[in-house]
Amino acid sequence: MKQPSVELKLPIIPNMELIATQTAEVIARHMHLTEDQAGEISMALIEACINAFEHSKTDSNVFIHFLIEEDSLVVKVIDQGIGFDKTKVEIPKIENKIGKDERKRGWGLQLIQELMDSVEFESNGDGTTVTMKKNIKQ
Amino acid sequence: MSGFIKSTKEANQIVIIETDGYLNNEGGEAISAICYDKMKSGQNKFLINMAGTKVVNSIGVSILIEIIEKLQEVDGKIGYYNLAPIVAKTFNIMGLTKYSTVFATEEEAVGTL
Repeated sequence: MKQPSVELKLPIIPNMELIATQTAEVIARHMHLTEDQAGEISMALIEACINAFEHSKTDSNVFIHFLIEEDSLVVKVIDQGIGFDKTKVEIPKIENKIGKDERKRGWGLQLIQELMDSVEFESNGDGTTVTMKKNIKQ
Repeated sequence: MSGFIKSTKEANQIVIIETDGYLNNEGGEAISAICYDKMKSGQNKFLINMAGTKVVNSIGVSILIEIIEKLQEVDGKIGYYNLAPIVAKTFNIMGLTKYSTVFATEEEAVGTL
């Protein structure tokens, strides 16, 4: 049987990521995820949406796909922007930011990777897809 | 006062800011505006009651890092209490807990900061 899925199309408007988190909360309840797991998915989703909104440098919509699997929730955040090279993204450390002339931002990818069980990035000149997975703990 | 700032008060020479809603860039700027204004009049201890803030993003939290940096210049401190578990986890991942303190309650925070 085909696993259920939910798809969202978000325009690039401030705070639109909260629509995605509200949907994630409903799905998390349906899947009987813990509050901690639901919070982690929402936070990772916020960061992935913000990255898509800010860095895709396009006016196109951002698409969110939730794939409800037997033992996991897979969330894909898809933009049609200019793409990015993950190898050029530095791992942020607060020690390198405090008291130095460094921008304090740049935490999105780090948070996504820490909060989800697996994360994959596919990016080229036609857009970026971030695939995030949260395993259901029995 | 912005909608994000629910109240401000002072106790034990500490400015206590109560927030309500999404800590994004606008929320972070609302907190920093109060902190920087109070710092001009010599106050250097701040607590944020985040009971009403269940959702944050890294941009809003980055503004707290800017506040920590400014407070270091005046030997000041900032702390937080009533954090939702995911907010506490986010602060931990971003390293805020190395330079500021998360308290369980207002009583503990006011007595310790």
